[in-house]
Amino acid sequence: MARKVTSRHVWMSTAAAWLFGFLIFLPILWMFLASFKSELDAFAMPPKFLFFHWTTENYATVQQRSDYVHHALNSIIIAGGSTLIAMLIAVPAAWSMAFSPTKRTKDVLLWMLSTKMMPPVGVLVPIYLVYRDFGLLDSRAGLVLILCLGNLPIVIWMLFTYFKEIPKDILEAARMDGATIGRELVYVLTPMAIPGLASTLLLNFILAWNEAFWTLNLSTLEAAPLTVFIASYSSPEGLFWAKLSAASTLAIAPIIILGWFTQRQLVRGLTFGAVK
Amino acid sequence: MTTQQVIATQQTQVVATEQTQVLGRALLSPAVVLLFIWMIVPLAMTIYFSTLHYTLMDSENWSFVGLENFRYFLTDPAFLTSLQNTLVLVGSVLAITILLGTPLALLLDQPVIGRSVVRLMVIAPFFVMPTVSALVWKNLLMHPVSGLFAWIANLFGLTPIDWFNDAPMLAVILIVAWQWLPFATLILLTALQSQDEEQKEAAEMDGASALSTFIYLTLPHLARPITVVVLIETIFLLTVFAEIFVTTGGGPGLQTTNIAFLIYSQALIQFDVGNASAGGLVAVVIANIVAFFLVRIIGRNLEV
Repeated sequence: MARKVTSRHVWMSTAAAWLFGFLIFLPILWMFLASFKSELDAFAMPPKFLFFHWTTENYATVQQRSDYVHHALNSIIIAGGSTLIAMLIAVPAAWSMAFSPTKRTKDVLLWMLSTKMMPPVGVLVPIYLVYRDFGLLDSRAGLVLILCLGNLPIVIWMLFTYFKEIPKDILEAARMDGATIGRELVYVLTPMAIPGLASTLLLNFILAWNEAFWTLNLSTLEAAPLTVFIASYSSPEGLFWAKLSAASTLAIAPIIILGWFTQRQLVRGLTFGAVK
Repeated sequence: MTTQQVIATQQTQVVATEQTQVLGRALLSPAVVLLFIWMIVPLAMTIYFSTLHYTLMDSENWSFVGLENFRYFLTDPAFLTSLQNTLVLVGSVLAITILLGTPLALLLDQPVIGRSVVRLMVIAPFFVMPTVSALVWKNLLMHPVSGLFAWIANLFGLTPIDWFNDAPMLAVILIVAWQWLPFATLILLTALQSQDEEQKEAAEMDGASALSTFIYLTLPHLARPITVVVLIETIFLLTVFAEIFVTTGGGPGLQTTNIAFLIYSQALIQFDVGNASAGGLVAVVIANIVAFFLVRIIGRNLEV
């Protein structure tokens, strides 16, 4: 009797969960399907679900007409560059706060976090003017800089929580054995920190890839990453759904796949340890 | 150990600690200096600009006007409208994500066949860049003639909604809620999985119904994560920009202009530096009120 109820329970929750999961995923799936349709099929009413003439020509057109690769490269350089530089600055900082905390460490951490809460629009005017005067508008360097600063607090926080989990006894043992700080860093700390470093890198790459306030306001063409490139599809309405879908699929597919790998780190990275 | 040895060890320890502290400070300072500059300099400039009459169209003629920009910004009817829109947007998205995210998290916490696949589908929208989700929703789903929603409405014999003309704010809310639902669900699910199973089993043994277990055990357990979700989402939702930028451009009229978009349009469309800066400071103040509570909650949980 009990088992029967349980298995019915499993089936019901399975059905409900799959239904909701499918509904939430539907817009992405629908876009993915549309990317393989002709423009006429994409616009067809009633909609064509699976039985349409599948074609990959949209993907070719997107590249030919608008140089998708150029913008994808910009996205990679901007997201990758800003994340790497942020890591270079954050690793020593997080290491020092995790392993030799002082009385003020907690305040420093919370202060760093509070810089992330400043609304970007509050400093849009000065940043725009400074960028204009220094020739940084529509430049990759400018976007790397601003996204690096914007994500630095999150990078430091994530690394801090990971480093915190490395048992201190091991470090002390290494010190007793006469390891210098350099050796300690290379042989003891690094191997234990790699999973944390990797997830931090990945999550912040994703956040920078999808950033759409500074990229939209500070770049137009040359340095425009995919967020801006996709936004350029907002003007002509109606006839370019399939191409919009193809460009969008290319822009989000790699990130969704990376994102699925980081789903567990997402909670840690975005709640700053407030939810465990 | 002789006294001398003890003293010697203590001395090396003191030296070691001092060394580590100096090193620690050296390692920490680049990050602190950078973030300090990043926090202070633009903000100081915003404050300075906010006291000027200064437009980029006529950048030679600028003058000090004191608090005039604030008076203008705060009494501008567009400000009240956009403040209202901001509150509606933030409030509705919070309500939708929490009210749907909680049952969804509870559901995913049940024994579900293929749970990891369902999880992947639920999480996916969070990784979609805002410009893509906005344009896909606007065209492929919400188009009044050829969108998927129009087709569904027709199936039920209803008149399709012309989302971006008749209910533009609702359309923006739905798009943004879709993007943030995964975040709420994932955090609440993480919290549920750390709930004490034995407590629940004990309650069931004592004959507690599923509903009362939920109300008296699960809900109190979720109170904190829900608070955290509300605060973090609020920080981000206060500055929703790209979704409005690519779909409605703040319109029709001012119907979907939030504070962030109003400031953007004053700065980069009307080139009114002084007024946009005043608006920017208002946005900073609003965000700081929320940030204050969030930082306190995080600080309480932080062990250094």
